Amino acid sequence: MSNDLRTHIIETLEKGARLDGRKADEYRNVEVTYSVTKNAEGSAKVVIGDTEVIVGVKLAIETPYPDTPDNGNLMVNAELLPLSSPNFDPGPPSIQAIEIARVVDRGIRESKAIDTKKLCIKKAEKVWSVMIDIISINDDGNLFDAASLATIAALKDTKFPKVSKDHEIDYKTKTKDSLPLSKEPIEVTVWKVGDHLIVDPTPDEEKGSDGRLTTASLSDKELCAMQKGGDFPLTSDEIGKMVDLATKKAQDLRSKLS
Amino acid sequence: MPFKKRPDGRSFEELRKVEAKVGVIKNAKGSAWFKIGDTEAYAAVYGPRNLFPKFMQNPKKGILRAHYNMLPFSGSGDRIRPGGNRRAKEISFVTQKALEPVLDLTKFPNAVVDVFIELPQTDAGSRCAGITAAAMALADAGIVMKDLISSVAVGRVEDKVLADLCYDEEAYEDGPVADIPLAMLPSTEEITLLQMDGEIDKDMLLKSLEVGKKAMHEIHKVQVQALKEKFGVGKNE
Repeated sequence: MSNDLRTHIIETLEKGARLDGRKADEYRNVEVTYSVTKNAEGSAKVVIGDTEVIVGVKLAIETPYPDTPDNGNLMVNAELLPLSSPNFDPGPPSIQAIEIARVVDRGIRESKAIDTKKLCIKKAEKVWSVMIDIISINDDGNLFDAASLATIAALKDTKFPKVSKDHEIDYKTKTKDSLPLSKEPIEVTVWKVGDHLIVDPTPDEEKGSDGRLTTASLSDKELCAMQKGGDFPLTSDEIGKMVDLATKKAQDLRSKLS
Repeated sequence: MPFKKRPDGRSFEELRKVEAKVGVIKNAKGSAWFKIGDTEAYAAVYGPRNLFPKFMQNPKKGILRAHYNMLPFSGSGDRIRPGGNRRAKEISFVTQKALEPVLDLTKFPNAVVDVFIELPQTDAGSRCAGITAAAMALADAGIVMKDLISSVAVGRVEDKVLADLCYDEEAYEDGPVADIPLAMLPSTEEITLLQMDGEIDKDMLLKSLEVGKKAMHEIHKVQVQALKEKFGVGKNE
């Protein structure tokens, strides 16, 4: 990041605008498309500006973890495909991908959005596993929020496959039964650039930022996961403002899920 | 029961529904999306760019690297564990070999052109869909090519030769089956990908090649149309 570009971003913000003409708290156009791939039990595509993310949900019947014998399994994985940016390399998930997957995971897990007890088929023997794969098609900034929104959309889209009496799955036949999903934790990442707070950054703005705070929330009073990132510290005052902005923007994103 | 009718009602040499779009991934130098039936492929080209490790560099010309990958949720059964496997490696390799004959990378010594193929949804014929998408993405990237590459699978089920097999046909169990993924240069009909698994004799193989060529010319038309749409060619004709 050249200092010049960072200075330019800040100077523009001081005049009340961003390099692409948006306001500090303005998202690019957000679009949600459901059922984008038919072999997944649920899927969704989220486009934010030129950023594009697909999430697919696969279900399977597996043994539960020994410490939660009557709970279904939940797994979130993210792949930042080299197809989606010259900055992503082939190979095992980068720390960037792992962070996105884990923060999305915590938003769902900690809010108890999915009632995993309802995913238990036979205690200590058979439970449903919900396997969520987040993949990037094009990275033009703000993968965190796109990944989170696409994940909730894909979970809403998910239908159980038909199961025989001896618990064999017929993946080709979907039932009408949805996941026991009762809440919609939505993540919004607020980025600090100089003294300014912005949402939905472009890659240039991401590179020019000092810090970020991702907040997953169910409403303005219910926060369920957070993650601070970036190279610089944040004050309590800044954190308060970032949370306010995140919960406000989460309402806008949630309205895209209808 | 003899094989008289295809499960999806197509005639024997008929392709599934084919759709293509060029320029679908903004970050890439060139990109394309190709869908044939329920098999869907994205391809993105990055480069020519620096190639590391250095010992892989060719001082006479740039090299092509193809990366074929089925996404974890793309298969009709269990989730596919990400991270590549022997099948994906081999398909990447034959994809590279299928595309190389039309590329001229002599202007880019020591460099690499990467083509990434990702499949969000599959129902047989995924390597062919990937090659078809990759050829369009390379053209979109402005890489010097003497022709496109068009690709489709053909095969036999019992005494019938079929174009563009779907999974249920590949998996037919009541008689002999052969699955033959093909790719060719449309202008010369030279074959750049040929694999076969199953049971077949030479006469039926040669007949399959002829059926395949006809099918690949159809794929080629769709590729050309998608490229023209991207570049606005032929709008005023």
